[in-house]
Amino acid sequence: MTQRDAKSADTAVRVRGLVKRYGETKALDGVDLDVRQGTVLGVLGPNGAGKTTLVRILSTLIRPDAGTATVAGYDVLTQPRQLRRVIGLTGQYASVDESLSGRENLYMIGRLLDLSRRDARGRADELLERFSLTDAARKPAKEYSGGMRRRLDLAASMIGRPAVLYLDEPTTGLDPRTRNEVWEEVRNMVADGSTVLLTTQYMEEAEKLAHELTVIDRGRVIAGGRVEELKAKVGGRTLQVRPVDPGVLDAMAAALGRGAQAVADHAGGVLNVPILSDEQLTEVVAALGAQGFAIAGIDTHLPSLDEVFLAVTRGSGTQEREELAA
Amino acid sequence: MSAVTVPAGNTRAAAADPRIGLRANLRHIGALVRRNVLQIRQDPESMFDALLMPIVFTLLFVYVFGGALEGSQEKYVNYMVPGLMAMMGMNIAMAVGTGVNSDFKTGVMDRFRTMPIARSSVLIAKIVVEIGRALVATVILLLMGFILGLHVDNGVFGLLGAVVLSLAFGASLMWVFILLGLVARTPQSVQGLAMIVVLPLQFGSSIFAKPTTMPGWLEAFTRYNPLSNLADASRNLINGGAVAHSAMMTVMWAVGITAISAPLAVARFRNKT
Repeated sequence: MTQRDAKSADTAVRVRGLVKRYGETKALDGVDLDVRQGTVLGVLGPNGAGKTTLVRILSTLIRPDAGTATVAGYDVLTQPRQLRRVIGLTGQYASVDESLSGRENLYMIGRLLDLSRRDARGRADELLERFSLTDAARKPAKEYSGGMRRRLDLAASMIGRPAVLYLDEPTTGLDPRTRNEVWEEVRNMVADGSTVLLTTQYMEEAEKLAHELTVIDRGRVIAGGRVEELKAKVGGRTLQVRPVDPGVLDAMAAALGRGAQAVADHAGGVLNVPILSDEQLTEVVAALGAQGFAIAGIDTHLPSLDEVFLAVTRGSGTQEREELAA
Repeated sequence: MSAVTVPAGNTRAAAADPRIGLRANLRHIGALVRRNVLQIRQDPESMFDALLMPIVFTLLFVYVFGGALEGSQEKYVNYMVPGLMAMMGMNIAMAVGTGVNSDFKTGVMDRFRTMPIARSSVLIAKIVVEIGRALVATVILLLMGFILGLHVDNGVFGLLGAVVLSLAFGASLMWVFILLGLVARTPQSVQGLAMIVVLPLQFGSSIFAKPTTMPGWLEAFTRYNPLSNLADASRNLINGGAVAHSAMMTVMWAVGITAISAPLAVARFRNKT
């Protein structure tokens, strides 16, 4: 039986029933997930949800108590050495040697990955350039700013051109500008064919980078799917109509009839209409037009990931906890 | 079909034998030794112990105890400097523990442990560098000794033998301190624990004074103290005298300590979370 059967050919990371206990607490309590080849999976969850534990198991730093996980076809428990050849890890805390310069850090990692001296030097310079660190190449990493350090960390993870890259909260603690820089780099990596498992607490980050999402809370997967699917699950789109004259909001709502469930937002001067299908959208717009309302603006929006997260964690027992606490 | 999951440069490496060959292993150790040397260059103060300790210790002990213990400074130099060589290895070795401990405070160890290298190579590189530091300290100690009147009666080879024996024993202790560094919570507690182990061994030995001048129970302790064996062996290698028993005991201690503490240290390093 070969390690890479046809079924798993396009699955870069495959996790089934993963459990990790620390004493009484279960950091992971039966996690399943798949990351498809060449895509970004966002693992979204609050602090203490088990995100870092998951990444540490997938990078062979700790062993799971139960369940299986394979990365690029290699099992975390039985083939850790092969697995380490195909992964890159950028943690929440910069994992570079602070007293070495950026260039020396990258050179060292190149040598540890069996590059020749010349190749290691070349690759280091290439990545310094790409991550805009050339000017700081000779300075010790401890003199770098937070963003530069994170970029160096990403560069270090990229030396071996890993097939699968783990980014564990890559922008936690960074300012918005630096965050954008890191996002840009992650997009470039994906464009180069890397598969990425990204953990984050930021909805915005997951929305910007991830193709698919897994929402975890207290060691359990509580929702998953494509970003749009997940949003649709929580509720459909909302159509916002802004009339020229805010005075007609109630008249517009009445014109659509009770079944439309339109809600007039007098403070915002808009009418919110829940939309479940494209046909319904056309009907609503046509009905308003037929009535001759003068419309200044029209917009549809999906629920934000914050709303998604609130909706799905409510289902996993957060509400009960809150009720108990109250 | 084998290459589908590995788009870029790792295809060849991933398909290869997962074991790490001797050559690759040496290359990894080399890269990590370079890292440790660069760290010293970046932080030259970390060499102060290796540079200054031998100078301060020799001056202090020769002038404080020399007259009292052997009647003259010159005579005491020849008694004590070989013993001090034994002690130097131990003192340098202590620094390894704190270094390993603080390495784990940063993320860099996580990086090493997720890379396709033998996990022992990180620790072996550390030991190679520390042996280098111990060698520097030993050379300075011997220079100080020569200035204060040390003479090598037994020839250069005896002297070299004493140096090699001291370094070998020091290296075995480094594994113990690495283990300590991996177990303790903070660098400070490593230091504290290390002192408790080191002080009685240092002074309850034949390094500074002849055990025959000590009370019976202490004399018995010094006889089984490996540092006494090492000090006696070094002394006789430099000054002349019977070497076989003490050198043999020292080698056995060094091998025994390494055989027990090195695998424990590597296992601890592998499983540390």
